[in-house]
Amino acid sequence: MKYVDEYRDPEVARCILDRIRAVTTRPAVIMEVCGGQTHSIVRHGLDRLLPESIELVHGPGCPVCVTALETIDRAHAIAQTPDVVFTSFGDMLRVPGSRDDLLGLKARGADVRVVYSPLDAVRIAEREPKKRVVFFGIGFETTAPANAMALREAKRKKLTNFSMLASHVLVPPVIASILQAEGNRVMAFLGPGHVCAVTGYRAYESLVRRYKTPIVITGFEPVDILEGVLMTVLQLERGRAVVENQYVRGVQPEGNPIARELVEETFEVTDRNWRGIGAIPKSGLRIRWEYREHDAERIFDVGDVVTQERPECISGQILRGRKKPCDCPAFGKECTPRTPLGATMVSAEGACAAYYAHGRRRGGDAAAPPPPSRRPS
Amino acid sequence: MSSELRSDPRAAEVIGAACPLPIRERDVVVLGHGSGGRLGAELVERLILPSLANPTLAELDDQAVVELEGGRVAFTTDSFVVTPIFFPGGDIGELAVNGTINDLAVGGARPIALSLAFILEEGFPLADLRRVLASVHAAANRAGVPIVTGDTKVVGNGSGDGIFINTSGIGVVPPGIELGSARVRPGDAVLVSGPIGEHGIAVLASREGLELGGDLRSDTAPLHGLVHALLEACPAVHAMRDPTRGGIAATLVEIASRRSVGIDVDEAAVPIQSDVRGACEILGLDPWFVANEGRLIAFVPEEHAETALAALRAHPQGRRAARIGTVTREHPGVVVAHTPLGSKRVVDLPFHEPLPRIC
Repeated sequence: MKYVDEYRDPEVARCILDRIRAVTTRPAVIMEVCGGQTHSIVRHGLDRLLPESIELVHGPGCPVCVTALETIDRAHAIAQTPDVVFTSFGDMLRVPGSRDDLLGLKARGADVRVVYSPLDAVRIAEREPKKRVVFFGIGFETTAPANAMALREAKRKKLTNFSMLASHVLVPPVIASILQAEGNRVMAFLGPGHVCAVTGYRAYESLVRRYKTPIVITGFEPVDILEGVLMTVLQLERGRAVVENQYVRGVQPEGNPIARELVEETFEVTDRNWRGIGAIPKSGLRIRWEYREHDAERIFDVGDVVTQERPECISGQILRGRKKPCDCPAFGKECTPRTPLGATMVSAEGACAAYYAHGRRRGGDAAAPPPPSRRPS
Repeated sequence: MSSELRSDPRAAEVIGAACPLPIRERDVVVLGHGSGGRLGAELVERLILPSLANPTLAELDDQAVVELEGGRVAFTTDSFVVTPIFFPGGDIGELAVNGTINDLAVGGARPIALSLAFILEEGFPLADLRRVLASVHAAANRAGVPIVTGDTKVVGNGSGDGIFINTSGIGVVPPGIELGSARVRPGDAVLVSGPIGEHGIAVLASREGLELGGDLRSDTAPLHGLVHALLEACPAVHAMRDPTRGGIAATLVEIASRRSVGIDVDEAAVPIQSDVRGACEILGLDPWFVANEGRLIAFVPEEHAETALAALRAHPQGRRAARIGTVTREHPGVVVAHTPLGSKRVVDLPFHEPLPRIC
């Protein structure tokens, strides 16, 4: 399959791995930002192919995971409102709020529907004028343009029965927050390829200058990720810190101007709570006043939402790269994808869920490489 | 045939019309079609019986009596609730016939007879029912397995999803054929009869109105011919499964965990059509977990693996059969995928039906 097979080519991967081994002389802790990258790394076992001195830690870039609990509880309250059709991407349906998840609400009679695009939700609003159709608009900068398009379409068509519960989050502020935090271990980042396809990477240049930390904008296939690691390691070995673009087939320095303009027109920057991490100033997007008729947060008064996270969950430390899923005493025991305790287990792309799905349990797993003494040199 | 479906013997006379004329005055299922009254009789006499045309069914007795020759009886049942009922490559009727035949076939049984029970929702278009019946008839004819008994119930509007079908089937397992997951042994080769994931992706794309391009069609097909060819060439086969819901991953994980064996799978060897791969990439699904309706997985002793593979490939339904893995003593209960990159990962079941990811 074109555009996939060449980026999964075992020969190319082997060449890059050889090169990584040849240039690595010191330990490196590299964080991949995106949940999609984490998923690919664990699925293809890429971290286990790297030299032992290179540690990949898993970042906060799974939008489903980091959506604040109060936003999810608010979504659930709206979904239970009479005459509401609550629409969402599939993977938000299982994310537990304080009391339930959307699948549970659907089973008890709420009209919850999976859509593949926010524009599908707009079409439902057109088709069912007596219903109030709400779309759950979460995600990073990547999903914002499509959501912006839906808002613009709804406004243009004067669909007063369409609204969006928007809770977008932004990557550069969370990278800064990780680098500022006490005890930070992250020495370099594999930057978010899809996010930068929209935003470009100018914002990352100021991060690199300020924190002297390399960022390599990286794709999602095995060869992309290994090449991203190689470029990062080369910077660390040479004492450099610049923004580099591994994902040239998807990312332009200025991103996608049309998409950016759309987002700018409909959304504005706001402070945002991140599940597992906490409040980060200016780290999110909310719907602009001009689009308030379509802002579910303004339209639906669901009262005060009181939330409670489980105290034993260490997802905050995992999202900052301080710990790995297997370091958590609850991982695979009290905390599984069926009974998630926190952010990183709730979505398939969360680090804990990815580890769990691919059998990486505490105390090792059947697919783990043999101990170092038996590994071929 | 249960009493709900038996006709009033005077019905045809009273109505005074010959089959298969359309049912008078109605173009949708109404509650009366499920009653013991005249409408129910009309539905059976004018629509169902003419569509399925076989003498045992036409007797309309409370039961079908079927002659069985030597061997053990295999018996299976399955219900079909697929949405949409018509999808590229098949429909609910064909699926119901093939699905039940396949459950018998992978046990080494020669299918003998099927039952067919409908649960129809009030308001379901009779034209669609006619289309489903035609498809049931064609599938049963193609497979050479008659529908010998049946039932129809009607539920009120909103209590169903148009049409549900239950089919049961009996078959005969010839002497000497011993198949079952209990016979799977370390060292067995794992074969798959063709590319995976086509049914699940075709239905999903059709249900959600996704325009994914390519030619995505369900693989629904009866497997008993392919099974017969395989067992003729290689009676030593230990077990077979048709990997329907949950895909090949669910089948392999179930056998590994229930039989306490490990299974190593070579990811690169698993045949997947590029259309299906592309759709899965776009939707964030793993084709290993996507349903199949016309594929089988066979566990074959190593020394017979080549013969079995050749037999599968010689059959029109098995041209793209492949050996995908090996049963092992290592890591009992666990399926391990070996990636083309040289790494390994554990394959485990998701807790829920896979849903497309956000990005």
